[in-house]
Amino acid sequence: MELSGAEILVESLKREGVEFLFGYPGGAVLHIYDALYKQNDIRHILVRHEQGATHAADGYARATGKPGVVLVTSGPGATNAVTGIATAHLDSIPLVVLTGQVPRAFIGSDAFQEVDAVGITRPCVKHNFLANSVEAIAPIIKKAFYVASSGRPGPVVVDIPKDITAPNVKIPFEYPDHIEMRSYNPVLKGHPGQIRKAVDLLVGAERPMIYSGGGVVLSEASEALTEITRTLGYPITNTLMGLGAYPGTDPQFIGMLGMHGTYEANMAMHECDVLFAVGARFDDRVTGDVEKFCPRAKIIHVDVDPASISKNVKVHVPIVGDVKSVLGDILDVLRQSNQRPDSGALNSWWEQIRRWQADDCLSYDRTSDKIKPQHVIESLWKVTGGDAYVTSDVGQHQMWAAQFYKFDKPRRWINSGGLGTMGFGLPAAMGVQLAFPDAQVACVTGEASILMCIQELSTCLQYDTPIKVINLNNRYMGMVRQWQEFQYDGRYSHSYVDAIPDFVKLTESFGHVGMLIEKPQDVEPALKEAFAMKDRLVFMDFITDQTENVYPMIEAGKGHHEMRLAPARELA
Amino acid sequence: MRHIISILVENESGALSRIAGLFSARGYNIESLTVAPTDDTSLSRMTIVTTGTEEIIEQITKQLNKLVDVVRLVELTESLHIEREMMLTKVTALGGMRDEIKRLTDIFRGRIIDVSDTSYVIELTGDSDKLDAFIKAVGGKSIIEVVRSGVTGIARGEKALKV
Repeated sequence: MELSGAEILVESLKREGVEFLFGYPGGAVLHIYDALYKQNDIRHILVRHEQGATHAADGYARATGKPGVVLVTSGPGATNAVTGIATAHLDSIPLVVLTGQVPRAFIGSDAFQEVDAVGITRPCVKHNFLANSVEAIAPIIKKAFYVASSGRPGPVVVDIPKDITAPNVKIPFEYPDHIEMRSYNPVLKGHPGQIRKAVDLLVGAERPMIYSGGGVVLSEASEALTEITRTLGYPITNTLMGLGAYPGTDPQFIGMLGMHGTYEANMAMHECDVLFAVGARFDDRVTGDVEKFCPRAKIIHVDVDPASISKNVKVHVPIVGDVKSVLGDILDVLRQSNQRPDSGALNSWWEQIRRWQADDCLSYDRTSDKIKPQHVIESLWKVTGGDAYVTSDVGQHQMWAAQFYKFDKPRRWINSGGLGTMGFGLPAAMGVQLAFPDAQVACVTGEASILMCIQELSTCLQYDTPIKVINLNNRYMGMVRQWQEFQYDGRYSHSYVDAIPDFVKLTESFGHVGMLIEKPQDVEPALKEAFAMKDRLVFMDFITDQTENVYPMIEAGKGHHEMRLAPARELA
Repeated sequence: MRHIISILVENESGALSRIAGLFSARGYNIESLTVAPTDDTSLSRMTIVTTGTEEIIEQITKQLNKLVDVVRLVELTESLHIEREMMLTKVTALGGMRDEIKRLTDIFRGRIIDVSDTSYVIELTGDSDKLDAFIKAVGGKSIIEVVRSGVTGIARGEKALKV
């Protein structure tokens, strides 16, 4: 079978099982678009901005575990995609991003729509390739999918000069069955000696704490994590990226940790004597001041990326390996050994944790005549039966969603944790809804974030994605306003947008349903009404209390034990 | 602490910028960097001299290993090794100084490889300290131009950085 470069590319994507291609055409990719036109296996989703394409592919990848695939043209197509690539990079999400490039003979000549896409994306990809011949396309695509989805996943960019996709050059097509790269062999199996050490330390703990992150989700290790946690009976906290990896409604789950984590999770981190860190990377939003981090703990750290280990915090028992594989091995050792935790010590540790929990750090004013954002999220959880896919943008609404939507399953909570990309939520929700057309998908956002990728409402109409947009509209960039209140004596410098659109009309102009909700008692009925519209995108504009802050909070330079609690909740 | 890291990388376009970019993006120091193809033409060997605490050097080696183009690396300064750097020095050579510089060059086991009425070019190889000492001995006033290759190195004994 002799195929052109463009046909080889499309065939290769089919061999990788690609269902959706999120893209936007342009000069440098026209041959590829022509090849796409002649087939029906891959569904192309035409976005309205390339940032939307990368976020949609990212949302698809986070919800399904499969790599998201993007096709954009050269120059501005590639640069517009960069924010989405960096977003995926910081959260280790597998993406394959195909960027068109000017013909090889023009590279370096400042040709029309030419940028050095490989150079621009180098710092924010796991790896990137410049395909330099028709023959190179198939093996590079094979490598791109392999690198993107193995080890610690991440985005891979493939830059494709236009001339190698031209229809007049055809070569025999053969797609490689497997690929070997001498320079890339991620270690997946944990070292047995280290695993034994970890088990000894774990069962010997008096005040143990399990701290797990996005790596558990990426590695599909939720079941193993849940089994270990239940076997041991230890408290567990999840990072923002790890929510849902352990059931959020389980009594052993003591909430998210970190900057806006629960009081009990952060205090337990501070007081624990053994910390079991699984697929988490000791991010600065999690640790607070590293000098004050877990001062009494021996730390076990499981991570597939050796560079994550002892990067921010020195650990005592490092285990490099795939989280699922290592947790499986730990379970085996635990089952075979007759060592069990000291139940007396564990009981008094739980008593201490229950005392911290009794402080009810997430409580808020339920009698207010203004809509409290926390109340919206709680109602969302109730109305969706705790079983929706929830995407978010970045800011206060993101933290409230993380705190108040109790995720019981992995891959349900989809947010830009590492890069903190405003504009992520709506296109990500689109990717999720396309992957799961019958699922309930909510995008929790704010009036500032949503405007950063609002154009994708148009894509949502074209492809029938009945997302429910939960807009917590407080007429401020809420998190910026909160920091300005705490740290800049209330000088709200440019955190207020003076001209906010009428979101109901705006949504209607895109062909969707808009709703305005202004009273607390209307929150739940409105959500029910919206979710009953199963085939419509509903944009719900909740006018919320402008001054509500996210509590608790660890401010800059503080440790886990130095949280700032809600004013009414300050400890006696 | 000064460390020398030797790296085997795929001999592909962009490999050098990946490595240089990693150092600048993460704020690591590069004192010198040399790169050239090896006997295996699919590989290049790079030698980087860097400074940092043990923790930083550990991160540097881990981050380098994480780059998909890096095949293998070794920190030469962890064990016995030989390091060499080559230097070309152009000096003013007039009157009595011509003999004096010739003698100094001999003491340092260098070679004069270009001669004009008023100048010499001296080739000298050694570790970085030796090259520094030569520059000091010749004296700043005589020196017209100095070119150093950057450090390259190899482990002593049978140990080898190979694929």
